[in-house]
Amino acid sequence: MSEELHEITLRVNGHDHAVAVPARRLLSDALRLDLGLTGTHVGCEHGVCGACTVLLDGAPTRACLMFAVSAVEAEITTVEGLSQPDGSLGPVQQAFKDCHGLQCGFCTPGFLTTITAGLEENPHPTRDEAREMVGGNLCRCTGYQNIVAAVLKAAELR
Amino acid sequence: MKPAPFAFVRPRSLEEALEVLGAHPDAKVLAGGQSLVPLLTMRLAAPAMLVDINAVPDLDRISCDDDGVRIGALVRHAALLRDEDAARTQPLLRLALSHVAHPTIRNRGTTVGSIVHADAAAEMPAVLALLGGSVEVASVRGRRTIEAADLFAGPLESTLAHDEIAVSAWFPALRPGERVGFAEIARRHGDYAMCGVAALVGPERTRVAYLSVEEVPTIVDLTGVAPDDVGEAALAHLDPQPDIHATAAYRSQLVRVLTRRVLEQAA
Repeated sequence: MSEELHEITLRVNGHDHAVAVPARRLLSDALRLDLGLTGTHVGCEHGVCGACTVLLDGAPTRACLMFAVSAVEAEITTVEGLSQPDGSLGPVQQAFKDCHGLQCGFCTPGFLTTITAGLEENPHPTRDEAREMVGGNLCRCTGYQNIVAAVLKAAELR
Repeated sequence: MKPAPFAFVRPRSLEEALEVLGAHPDAKVLAGGQSLVPLLTMRLAAPAMLVDINAVPDLDRISCDDDGVRIGALVRHAALLRDEDAARTQPLLRLALSHVAHPTIRNRGTTVGSIVHADAAAEMPAVLALLGGSVEVASVRGRRTIEAADLFAGPLESTLAHDEIAVSAWFPALRPGERVGFAEIARRHGDYAMCGVAALVGPERTRVAYLSVEEVPTIVDLTGVAPDDVGEAALAHLDPQPDIHATAAYRSQLVRVLTRRVLEQAA
């Protein structure tokens, strides 16, 4: 017996996407499999690592901790939506590049979305506030020093 | 892993949600999902149906008066944490909420959902128990109020019936002369605490709540105990449990240290 599919529309990075998904399709999987937006990475898949963080109506949210069928009324922003309209890097992306805030890049999309929203709420964070901002995201490469530096740099670039 | 298949409904009214829940004995309510979705993903739970209440109107309200703070089932931890009226009415809410997971989880997770999920390692069940709050539940059979003292049956088990939805929780206000404190120790920032302690110190009584110590949130009355003796006095009423994160002896030590710390905070 095939699984029931739900016809839904996801609004991602300003565009509507009509998809048919089983109820159990995680938002993270829907973004990657159904929409081809593979910038959202799946790490632990139970809410710990933060790699899949997207913005739901502007608020950082774990895409692996909700179902696509629950995201129908939300404006979703993924890492693909963080670049400038002309395709150049957004301020947080530019700051990560400038400060060497990434190595392997696996965790980076989750950091970029989290920091983008964090700077909306607190445009001029102290070093401690910058650390708190990224406290829910894991990076196994950098040791976080350059990520914290990138938060402060992004605040200058915005 | 991925969740097992389930049927899914997203009702537009509370009545509709209650009807669906009443008609499907193996259905489960989905609010913020920050505890439920990992359980589904790891296949520790596999309900036949999820009733997503996120589209039910009017459940996201916070209302404060002189008696206390009432929050609807869809109030996210982050919204309650930000609410100035709620923080003024009962300061323990903000103190404890800042320890609930990470900001990203708090953006989606609901306080009422966390309470009825009844995890003994969670902050807000212990806060509700300490303050003597309550939860209002609804079903097709009607409404009732469950006092916090009657809410927590065991690990991850509340006394809600299967067909009931927790529509709101109520936290009593801080009364004149009362002080509060909160502290916890976790292995990692934002992770579940190995031990957490909340205190409510009034002119007549000193009560302390423990999370992650026993299988349900536990309240101990420490009225009149000398400051040097509070840790041992609390342990006389507690049976700290060992798990993969901490031995019973280590938990006991955390009880000693944190009890003293929160009572100093609330002095």
